[in-house]
Amino acid sequence: MYLSKEDEGILKGKSGIGTQKALELLAAIGDAYDARRMVPITRAHAAASGQEGDLYFAELLANGGARCRVPTSTNPVYDIGYFHRMFSNIPKDEASVAQKVVEAYRRLGAILSWSCVPYLNENIPLYGEVVSFSESSATPYVNSVIGAHTNREAAQSALAAGVIGKTPEYGLLLEENRKATHLFEVEATLSDEFDYSLLGYYVGKIVAYGIPVLTGIDRRPSTEEFINFCAMSNTSGAVSMFYMPEYTMEASSMDEAFHGDVPKERAVVTDVELKEVREELQTASGEIDFVQLGCPHYTLKQVAEVAGLLDGKRIHDGVAFWVCTSATAKLLADRIGYSSQIEKAGGHLVADTCIDEPCWTAYKEKVGMTDSPKCAYYRRFKEVVVGRLEDCVNAAVKGRWG
Amino acid sequence: MKEMSVSLRCHKIIGGYGEGAALVSQEPICFYLTDPKTGIVREKTHELFGKTISNRVLVFPSGKASSVVQIDGLFKLVKNGLAPKAMIVKDVETVLVVTAFIAQVPLVNRLERDPLEAISTGDLVKVDANKGTVTITKNT
Repeated sequence: MYLSKEDEGILKGKSGIGTQKALELLAAIGDAYDARRMVPITRAHAAASGQEGDLYFAELLANGGARCRVPTSTNPVYDIGYFHRMFSNIPKDEASVAQKVVEAYRRLGAILSWSCVPYLNENIPLYGEVVSFSESSATPYVNSVIGAHTNREAAQSALAAGVIGKTPEYGLLLEENRKATHLFEVEATLSDEFDYSLLGYYVGKIVAYGIPVLTGIDRRPSTEEFINFCAMSNTSGAVSMFYMPEYTMEASSMDEAFHGDVPKERAVVTDVELKEVREELQTASGEIDFVQLGCPHYTLKQVAEVAGLLDGKRIHDGVAFWVCTSATAKLLADRIGYSSQIEKAGGHLVADTCIDEPCWTAYKEKVGMTDSPKCAYYRRFKEVVVGRLEDCVNAAVKGRWG
Repeated sequence: MKEMSVSLRCHKIIGGYGEGAALVSQEPICFYLTDPKTGIVREKTHELFGKTISNRVLVFPSGKASSVVQIDGLFKLVKNGLAPKAMIVKDVETVLVVTAFIAQVPLVNRLERDPLEAISTGDLVKVDANKGTVTITKNT
């Protein structure tokens, strides 16, 4: 891979060991893909996870004096102060790992968004921008809904790109690799983001690695529907990009999406397949111990829906009710009054927090209900019920599902 | 009987040197599904189930699973001194590069011959990623 004079200097350590390590990682990725050169990026999103490997790399860069050169946002870990006040059983060493992750990213000069939907508020790419975005919903959303260009980065490669301000030119940054592979003719009823979640999960499973085209969608999907389709298809599979001609930014026709070629595989999706996905994910029914919403983070609109559904209701005594959202949405929810409405009914609205973190230790042996196939897949609790938001709220009030 | 050694060219992704007994898998590998205290593969349906990847030269087609779990899996093995000595793969993607980089385990691809055929479990394999060579001594 061709490197500029400046980059060669960085590799020799002229800008410090942190920046050197960041470029070494990007150069290795460039080598792996036979990239010809590095290209500038305008922003990055690091899917920080608060795990040891993640901490090691973030500290390696931060201790070596590296700073982000372009806006670089961060994924949620958990609201450390809040959860340690709430639960006494979270292992202390977990808190110290999380605290160190927070400190490392602060020293790196990252945007401490702790949000998995940064493209809505804190770090928004524009059409045609070259960026480096990790996180399951973020990569396909940015490529498809916004029409920016990113590869399916790991947290560390995105952080390294944020530090260098460049990424190797490979994969989806090259036009010929943005060619669709699979065709899905959608006949299923898609009424809200829950249906799009199931659709995404199904599509990801079939595609594995590839770029699907979806036809038969009869109205423009909402922001929330897109977010959930993206998150799920990039969880059950590795879908970095997709096309819904008319609704996504690139390719106005199927033919254009396939670059004039024919689909490698085609499938029809009906209500039956979506029902099967839900049944496959669900492991329990009857009494529930808690509800977990906001994977990916709920938008302000979804938080408003929860507040509305809980109006005049009281969550069952034996049930905990959690909604995860971004700090930005939480601030507005506090200001508007959604937070107090949710709390009045006995629920909690929490920012900065992911469902896959040690703060949920209390629920390890419990039955949880969620509207998110991704949450069900990565769950830190024993048994799971999967249903749409209204069903989650009703079950929380009654104390049971079904 | 004379020991038979063959030296093949390869393409460096993560530099370094590692040698050890080969462990060959026809299936992709997820490090998160190995026991961090022993290096034993605990994925029940995997062909390596019950075998340890520790201190082996691991030969496999590609990685699988998300960056978070893949990195966490190999990083824990490294911390416990149980990582593979080197890795030889056919296909490589971003997650595997990042994982090997953080773990500092030499990683190579594009062996002159199909590594899954040229190397058998138990062969002594020396991987010199910096020089771009893999030396195989057949276990006879």
